[in-house]
Amino acid sequence: MTDLPTKTDRTLGLVIDLDTCVGCHACVISCKGWNTENYGAPLSDQRPYGTEPMGTFLNRVHSYEVQPEQGNAQTVHFPKSCLHCENAPCVTVCPTGASYKRVEDGIVLVNEDHCIGCGLCAWACPYGARELDQAEGVMKKCTLCVDRIYNENLPEEDQIPSCVRTCPAGARHFGDLSDPNSDVSQLVESRGGFDLMPEMGTLPVNKYLPPRLKDSWDDQSLLAPLLEPVAEEPQGFLGWLDKTLDKLPGGTA
Amino acid sequence: MHPAPSVIVFSTLSGLGFGLLFWLGIDPTPPTGLSAFIFFAVAYALAVGGLLSSTFHLGHPERAWRALSQWRSSWLSREGVSAVFALLTMGIYAIDLIFLQIHATALGLIGAALSLFTVFTTSMIYAQLDTVPRWKTPLTPALYMSFSLAGGALLSGRVNMAILLLVIAAIFQFTWWQRGDAALSDSGTDLGTATGLGARGTVRSMAHPHTAPNYLVKEFIFVIGRKHAQKLRRIAFGLTFVLPIICLLLPFSHVLAIVAVLSHVAGVATSRWLFFAEAEHVVGLYYGMR
Repeated sequence: MTDLPTKTDRTLGLVIDLDTCVGCHACVISCKGWNTENYGAPLSDQRPYGTEPMGTFLNRVHSYEVQPEQGNAQTVHFPKSCLHCENAPCVTVCPTGASYKRVEDGIVLVNEDHCIGCGLCAWACPYGARELDQAEGVMKKCTLCVDRIYNENLPEEDQIPSCVRTCPAGARHFGDLSDPNSDVSQLVESRGGFDLMPEMGTLPVNKYLPPRLKDSWDDQSLLAPLLEPVAEEPQGFLGWLDKTLDKLPGGTA
Repeated sequence: MHPAPSVIVFSTLSGLGFGLLFWLGIDPTPPTGLSAFIFFAVAYALAVGGLLSSTFHLGHPERAWRALSQWRSSWLSREGVSAVFALLTMGIYAIDLIFLQIHATALGLIGAALSLFTVFTTSMIYAQLDTVPRWKTPLTPALYMSFSLAGGALLSGRVNMAILLLVIAAIFQFTWWQRGDAALSDSGTDLGTATGLGARGTVRSMAHPHTAPNYLVKEFIFVIGRKHAQKLRRIAFGLTFVLPIICLLLPFSHVLAIVAVLSHVAGVATSRWLFFAEAEHVVGLYYGMR
């Protein structure tokens, strides 16, 4: 049955630092690479060298501009993949039982042999975390690299999701969010990690860390007073030139 | 939402088919023999034809039988199970009427209830989705069930009942459209809550993850249909309700009856196209669209 477990033994997930992410898309590429060659059906591409190329990705990076009421706008790169929600709507809508949430670690997975490709789980997901593979006709989603994290054939440092292993900025963190002492829980605690679309009631496991506020040049820098303009009005030769040019016909800008 | 033709054909035809089965099931003096055969043949062609059409949008139609397993949690599964039970029950009821001239009253009532419940389950597949605020309302089941009952009454030749139900369905349709236009903004979900950055300022999508549209954009962000939405609403309203009611109010003729039915079917199909084409999925917000 596609009922959700009332409690999972562990709650594995990601913590994504929006302050650190540089928007390089390396996580997207490593995810596509690993998950095309390993668990389940490969992630297909359509017209990869033609017009309107498209393909299945389990992780995509958006870029947003946040314009505060005062001050400069801030660019925020925003990686988004399955949030392995505790109250996952994608699981309960599945008519075949192909979608399920694991009791042992809370990972949401798709049994591709049972998936009929109806697409309803993708409709139910507010985050766009599920994509119907156009070649295989089955639903693809982030597995939290379930075939890496328990894979003892890999060196220990590789037993984490591919995106986390790859991130050159250290913006992605993996761990057990049900353990308050885990590194990821500590990060969420200290940095004010938040949920996406909390009003949907999905209780996402993955958390996002907010971008830090930008430094203000005036407040912070010892050099700031030295950079005050020395004169608002031009003086000396430039002053003379300014006045002379003003007198010439043709008006001013 | 992308208006997939197979899903529009499915919900239009099977809604009418199950509506007709409902009225045949509760009829105290149902047709028998050849007349019953024609009525049930039409009802089954619509209901089963619609169900078959819906399998065309599946990635793996050969596994469709698996969809009957999760009725405890999934509305889509409940729809499948309910449809199977409704069609089996009404099948026995129909065989009794056609070949044995027997009117199994209780069986008909059970079949009628199952037929109407099937339409309800279809509507709940949409009405359950928090992700599509336009659909997330008890008005959606009201819309689907009133359409099905009105269409069934029309197909079964119940003139007065059809007029009454068409008026009721028209009121639900109008209310549903009115509510729907404000549903996304009323839901409180916007790019600010989607990114969690709303408290810091105005969030604007600067760059999509990829330059070309992907599955999510194609499936969930359908903006082409909205250009003519208002005109199409008027057309749908005229075809579904106004023209059939006029035909029914005029002195009876078979030509007018056929015009009423065809107009109604075309209108329902247009309304269902709009049901999908106008619906905004919240994932569109991540793309700075709706």
